[in-house]
Amino acid sequence: MDLSFNQSGAGSSFFDLVRQAEPPLLPQSGMEGLEPREGMPAVPTGTTVLALRYRDGVLIAGDRQATEGHQVASRRIEKVYAADDHSAIAIAGAAGPCIEMARLFQTELAHYEKIEGTGLSLEGKANKLAQMVRANLPLAIQGLIVVPIFVGYDLKRDEGRIYKYDLAGGRYDEADYYATGSGGKDARSTMKKLYRPAMAEAEAIRLVLEALYDAAEEDTGTGGPDFVRRIFPSVKQVTRAGIQDVPEDRLAAECEAIVNARKGG
Amino acid sequence: MPLPYYVSPEQMMQDKAEYARKGIAKGKSIIALEFQGGILIVAENPSASLNKVSEVYDRIAFAGAGKYSEFERLRKEGIRYADLKGYAYGREDVTAKSLANAYSQVIGNIFSMEIKPLEVEILVLEVGEGAASNEFYRIAFDGSIMDEKVYATIGGQAEELKLFLRDKYRDGLGLEEALHLATRALEAATSQKVKAAILEVAVLERDRAGRKFRRIPQAELRDLMEKEGDGGG
Repeated sequence: MDLSFNQSGAGSSFFDLVRQAEPPLLPQSGMEGLEPREGMPAVPTGTTVLALRYRDGVLIAGDRQATEGHQVASRRIEKVYAADDHSAIAIAGAAGPCIEMARLFQTELAHYEKIEGTGLSLEGKANKLAQMVRANLPLAIQGLIVVPIFVGYDLKRDEGRIYKYDLAGGRYDEADYYATGSGGKDARSTMKKLYRPAMAEAEAIRLVLEALYDAAEEDTGTGGPDFVRRIFPSVKQVTRAGIQDVPEDRLAAECEAIVNARKGG
Repeated sequence: MPLPYYVSPEQMMQDKAEYARKGIAKGKSIIALEFQGGILIVAENPSASLNKVSEVYDRIAFAGAGKYSEFERLRKEGIRYADLKGYAYGREDVTAKSLANAYSQVIGNIFSMEIKPLEVEILVLEVGEGAASNEFYRIAFDGSIMDEKVYATIGGQAEELKLFLRDKYRDGLGLEEALHLATRALEAATSQKVKAAILEVAVLERDRAGRKFRRIPQAELRDLMEKEGDGGG
């Protein structure tokens, strides 16, 4: 007795459902069998995204710039997304596939929760994301890289967690902080010097913005704060209470303070 | 050569309908009704873990009466349909109307083509921007679809509950009042005292951002029922 509206399997995964029922909806379709491109960069270009554990949970942030070669393609692109009530992702790589993966992941988590009646564990979510990154490998070797950082507030353990990924979907638990993207190394250097465990909220936000500022100075692909247009990095707090965007006023004030401090003021 | 028995299609359909009706008549009932804040869904369900009422999409809920395993499969298929459509197009493009029609097709086909019809009756509910745009769809075991207004009932006592509500329902009910009304309706229809522990209650709240569906947990349910003098729990 086939009850399905669309010949699908009987699982709880939206990702598997789409692959089976509507493969054209996924960017990977039609990409099988293509040859890897020569001279492909090892890290995603044109971005810095980072995450940091602090006293109340985790901060996750990203710059706002998208580039096409030497041109600015977008000044206010959003790289940080809430995945559900207590987890978020920031994605480095090719803008289109990144935004699609964010959307797919959000749908995956909600879908599972609705079908099963209960949400996934944080590990389960991290794992599922790893599978999506893995499935993107054919595109990645063509240069359309998608590499996320995944963070969540683990309600059971009562702590923030950070997961990082490589191109092939390998997943790694990261203890304190991480940054990726073309400016990732520069951001990590800053965090390495300034990070301390269990920082208070104000210090943690300041550190995140310092790291992004440094990355923007060294990496042409990463955008710094734009005081003229009032465009600042996206920063989200993920805590026991849920996910809050750090408001623009506060970001502006912190970025101005950073600039002033460097001016020697 | 043995001759096959001839049964007229009409007879077959009647037999199937009777079979399905009997299956549903044995089962418990569900009421969905409008209140000021959206739509309230009250199901007779003593189980704490097996649900009859479920979220489907941002503004859409599902309620099933009859054979659990059958409406449970329908519930999951509805969620898959909604999420695929919302992903392929946009979140606003998923409507209760198209989902209800899809259910009608599937259930109707099974009724006609399969030896055993589904013993289910389901509701697809959508909370609208304003009260006037709430939608209630009731799909019966044979796939027939009814567009109800203001309240809808399914299950073994559906008719009695509907008559009770026709008499007692009025507009502009608050959540507690609507819950109280639904409880009284169930008590009248089943001639039994209704306590929080045997109810599964959920709401589609118009003013919630994003996903409007919310289950009302037992503790809150007992509080709400006590407020109206039910002494629930």
